Order: sequence, then C-alpha cells, then structure tokens
Amino acid sequence: MPGKKCNAIPASTDYWSLRLYIAGQTERSRRALSNLKEVCEQNLKGRYHIEIVDLRKKPQLASGHQILAVPTLVRKLPTPIKRIIGDLSVRERVLVGLDLHPI
Amino acid sequence: MSTPRLKSAPKNGIEKCPTGITGLDQITGGGLPKGRPTLVCGTAGCGKTLLAMEFMVRGATQFKDPGVFVSFEESDKELTENVASMGFDLSGLQARKKIVLDYVQVERGETETAGDYDLEGLFIRLESAIKAVGAKRVVLDTIESLFAGFTDTDLLRSELRRLFRWLKSQGVTAVVTAETGEGKLTRHGIEEYVADCVVLLDHRIEEQSSIRRLRVVKYRGTMHGTNEYPFLIGDTGFSVLPLSSLKLDHKASTQRISTGVARLDTMLGGRGFYRGTSVLLSGGAGTGKSSLAAHFVQAACRRGERALYMASEQSSDEVIRNMRSIGIDLEPWIKRGLLRFYASRPGAFGLEKHLLTIHDLAAAFAPHVVVIDPITNFESVGTHSEVKSMVTRLIDVFKSRQITAMFTSLTSGDSAEEISEVGVSSQMDTWLLLRNLEGNGERNRGLYVLKSRGMAHSNQIREFVLTDNGVQLHDVYVGPSGLLTGSARVAQEARERAEELQRKQQLERKNLDLRQKRQKLEADIARMREEFKAEEQELARDARLMESHEKQLTLDRREMAQARSADVVPVHSNGRA
Repeated sequence: MPGKKCNAIPASTDYWSLRLYIAGQTERSRRALSNLKEVCEQNLKGRYHIEIVDLRKKPQLASGHQILAVPTLVRKLPTPIKRIIGDLSVRERVLVGLDLHPI
Repeated sequence: MSTPRLKSAPKNGIEKCPTGITGLDQITGGGLPKGRPTLVCGTAGCGKTLLAMEFMVRGATQFKDPGVFVSFEESDKELTENVASMGFDLSGLQARKKIVLDYVQVERGETETAGDYDLEGLFIRLESAIKAVGAKRVVLDTIESLFAGFTDTDLLRSELRRLFRWLKSQGVTAVVTAETGEGKLTRHGIEEYVADCVVLLDHRIEEQSSIRRLRVVKYRGTMHGTNEYPFLIGDTGFSVLPLSSLKLDHKASTQRISTGVARLDTMLGGRGFYRGTSVLLSGGAGTGKSSLAAHFVQAACRRGERALYMASEQSSDEVIRNMRSIGIDLEPWIKRGLLRFYASRPGAFGLEKHLLTIHDLAAAFAPHVVVIDPITNFESVGTHSEVKSMVTRLIDVFKSRQITAMFTSLTSGDSAEEISEVGVSSQMDTWLLLRNLEGNGERNRGLYVLKSRGMAHSNQIREFVLTDNGVQLHDVYVGPSGLLTGSARVAQEARERAEELQRKQQLERKNLDLRQKRQKLEADIARMREEFKAEEQELARDARLMESHEKQLTLDRREMAQARSADVVPVHSNGRA
C-alpha cells in the first residue's frame, strides 16, 4: 500500500520499494509522480510503495545519494538498484529501466 | 563646495580575486575576475586540478575566502592525498569548516532516461555546500565529466549556461576546468558560456624535456600578459614564471663589494662591484673563469656573507679540489654554513625547473652572492633565446633580492667573443673578459673590463695568472712588438731589474767616492788646524817671554840706580829716570 512501510516483506522479488527524488513541487515533478503511479498501478498493484524525497527540503541528500538530475527514480527493491531519470513520460523506457515486464 | 565630479570607472576595471599563486596574480594584474567564472582548460595531466585546488586552498588560508571544491573525477580521499605533499591540509581545512570537498559521482551509462529532466540536483548540492561554509570560491573539476554521464548535450549546454549564471548570482568566484578539444579550447565548446576569463594550460615534451606553459587566452576588461608563460609544479604548488617582472623597479645599491682579487677591485673604480648587480665573466676554455668566481665567493664568505655556487659542469668536490690547487680553500666556508653548492647538469631537468630551483634556493638560503658557472651549458637544453630569457628571469630574481650575481660564460674563439655574447651581455652591469694572448710560442691569459655600469673602470688589459696563491694580475708590457705577456714579460721584468741593479751600483760607487773625498778633506782641515794651533801657542809664548824680559829690564835698571846712589827720581811709568 503506498505510503506505508511493511515490516514483514514477502519474497524480495515480489515487493517493490521505489523512491522518487524531486526538487520542489513543479509541473515536471507532478508529471513524474503521476506517471509513476500509473505504471505501478498497472504493473505492481498491491506490492509497491513510493517514497518521495524533496531535495529542496533535504538538500543534504543530493550529495548523500548522489543525485544530479531531477526527477530521478530509484528502485531500491528488488535489488539490484536501478535508476531512471526524467519525468517518466516515456513509458517504454520506464518499463525497461525498472526491468518490468508488462503484465 | 566641491564641483560635482563625473563618476569614473574603478581604477583598474574589473575587481580581482587574488589567487596567491606565484606569478599568476602578476600576469593577470591582480588575480581572477571576482564573482565571475574562469575557465581553465588543458590536456590531461597538465595541472588543471592543481591550479584550481591551489586557488581554493590559498583562498581559504591566505585570503579568508571559504571555498567549495566539487570534484567529478577524484574522491575526497584521493584529492587530499594528492595535494598533501604540497603542504595543503585539506582534512584540516574541512574540519575547520573553511572548505567543502564534494565528490560528485556521475553514473556513466547505467542510467536510463525516460523523459525530461534538469540538473537541479547539482544546483541544490552546490547551494548547500556554499551555504555550509559561506564559500566565496567554487571549483568545478572537471565539467567534462557531466558530458559523460548525460547524453542530452543540448540540455547539458543549457544547464551549464544556467549554472554559470547562477554562480554569478551567488557572488562566488568560480574556476571551472575542462579538457581541450581538437582545435578548440574545450571539447564541448564550454568557452562560449564562460566568457570572462579563459586560461589555457599546455604540457609538451620538447627535446626530451617536459615543458609546461600557461596562457591567459582571454580576460575581459583587463590588461593582461598575453604571452605563454612557463610554469612549474613544485613542492609548494604552482609557480608561474613571468618572463620578467613587468616593471623594472629594482633598487640600486651604492655599496661596493670586493671581487676577491685586489687588483681587479682597483680596475673597477677602485672598489669592486656594486652590490646587487649582475656580472658576466666570459672567456674561452681554461681561461680561469671558475677560479675568479671562487675568489669572488671566498671574498663574500670572508665578509661573513652567504654565497651560493651553482655548478653545471663539475661536482662540488671537484670545484673544491680544483680551487685548492690555487690556494683557495672553500671547505671551511661550507662547514660554517656560509657557502652552499648546487651542482646539477642542465640536462637533468628542463630550464624552468632549474629556474624554479634557483628561485627557491635564493628564497630559502638567502645568499648575498651567487655564482652560476657556467651559464652556457644550459644551451644544451634550450635554444639561445630560451637561455637568454632564463637569464633575464634569473637576473630579475637576484636583483629583487639585492643579490650580486656572477655568471660565467664559455665562449669559443678569441675574436668572436664579444659578438656572440651580445644577447646576454646587454643585461649585465659588468662584463669581464678573459682572453687568450698568444705570442712568443706560448699562450697567456689577459683580463679586461669591457664594461661596468655606474663606475669609472680601467681600460687596461692585465695579465691574468693562476698561481699557488690564487689569481694574480700583472701589468702587461707594451714592447716594440706589442703586448708582452708570460715569459716575455718575465724576461722584460728581469731586464728591468738588471738595469735597476746597475743604476744602483753606480750610485753606490758615487757615494763611496764622495765619502772618501770628504774624509780626505776633513783630514786636511784637521791637520791645518793643528798647525795653526801650534803657531798660536808659539806666538803666545814669545809674547809672554818678551813681557817678562821687559819687566826684568826695568828692575835691573832700578837696582843699578840704587847701587850708584843716584838721585832717586820717581820712576816713571815707562821705567826711565
């Protein structure tokens, strides 16, 4: 369920933990978020959660997590970690990048 | 009351941010443009990172400007290690919150792109780093790395434009490094956005020597040196060596110091060289230049001054041994720390490294007197004009520290001497020439003063002889066949001595004659006196005799008169009745 942290994580390949880095609420960041939600709903329903990190609010994470481009999407789970940059409007690229095969 | 004045532009135009790097502030007329970005470009390994790093570190340590160093290539640890040997303590500076090192790892090739993006993340990082220490100086090293991580070059370009505008708005002086491209200043044409100041570093191998050069390609709004300047990366970081100080503002001393050879001092207006001047001592092979230089050095040490002897042909031991043979012992001065040798073959390093070493030695050891023996050896590692420019810079270094410098120079022929030296000699204040004088089946050496600025000097050639007691200068004789030197001189001297002896003997003889005459005269006088005295005595005796005779006569007459009982008549005074 989005926004909630599950302690009991089922088999790692099944559960997706995604983090979206944005730099304040902009047109682009809203687009990215809505695109992401769409993809997740379509492909990972019920087994994902999205964390939003606003670099404007937590600037130290830009260097800590080595984020240059914004928006950046990071798939933390399942491993290996994957990165995608952009507003996620190119659906194919998102799927390839996340290593998601459309259901 | 005062008349309204027109507001004029600041005196020097753009405000400058001093770098603290030797020579660079000089070339740029005060430093890099303040509050603007400067582009430093060059090939790999030419020193861009170091230049940028030194700019930031000196900003923090010397100018109280905190700084941010964003590195796209090396980690904090690597950077810290690399510059530790130059005395830059990055960890210490970080701990004291004077600088921030930010290592930006650009993901290469792994990142999928799915739509529009910008590099706001970088901006945020920079902003937070600048805020953390209140940075006034920012370095981005190297901006090229961004191009490796992001394929959208158009986007990158526009973001870079935005970045430089943003840096300006932050009021920081930024140094951005980039790699040079084929025929372009930078591979990706960044110089279009960094329009205020562009510095190009070059590193090439010429004649097996590594040469580093720096050029200020562009500096808007400022007069700057436009030449290529050699630079070195030494123990204390970057050193840019301008061709000469752009102003000739050395102080001129009026103090005189001895050359070490008394007769030579007299040839130089009676007192020797002016302190802080440059002396050229040229001559052919084996004419005794090093010996004269050794005298000069010894004289300085005897005065308690420090001397630096740079030998480019012999080791210090060799010099010491050779000088002993003419009665100069340099060893004790070394032991007392007054004399230092620097012996190094010119081919060991490039000209710039030599120049820098000498410069550093002059600063560290602070000699009063320097000998460079010989300067001509350096032509094996540089062209004539390069050596000349090196000499110019050396003279500059020495004059600014009031060091009296003696340069020896090997010349080839006898008559060509003066011509070949013209390039270097014009910069020298005093020029001594040692010349071979051939004649009479032997070769001797002559020394004369070709020029000596600021003093009256002898125009006579003196014969220059190396003896067990050092260098000696003799008068040359001008005989009917020309100069007499060597054995001819000795013969002449002998002849003169013989003549003098003869004259002396003549005089002696005359004196003797005179003495004899006097003795005789005195004897005669004595004898005549004696005779005269004898006669005098005789005369006196006769006179006495006559007197007593007269008296007796008178007495007798009276007696007779009495006996005859004559009338007593008073006796007249004359005894007559």
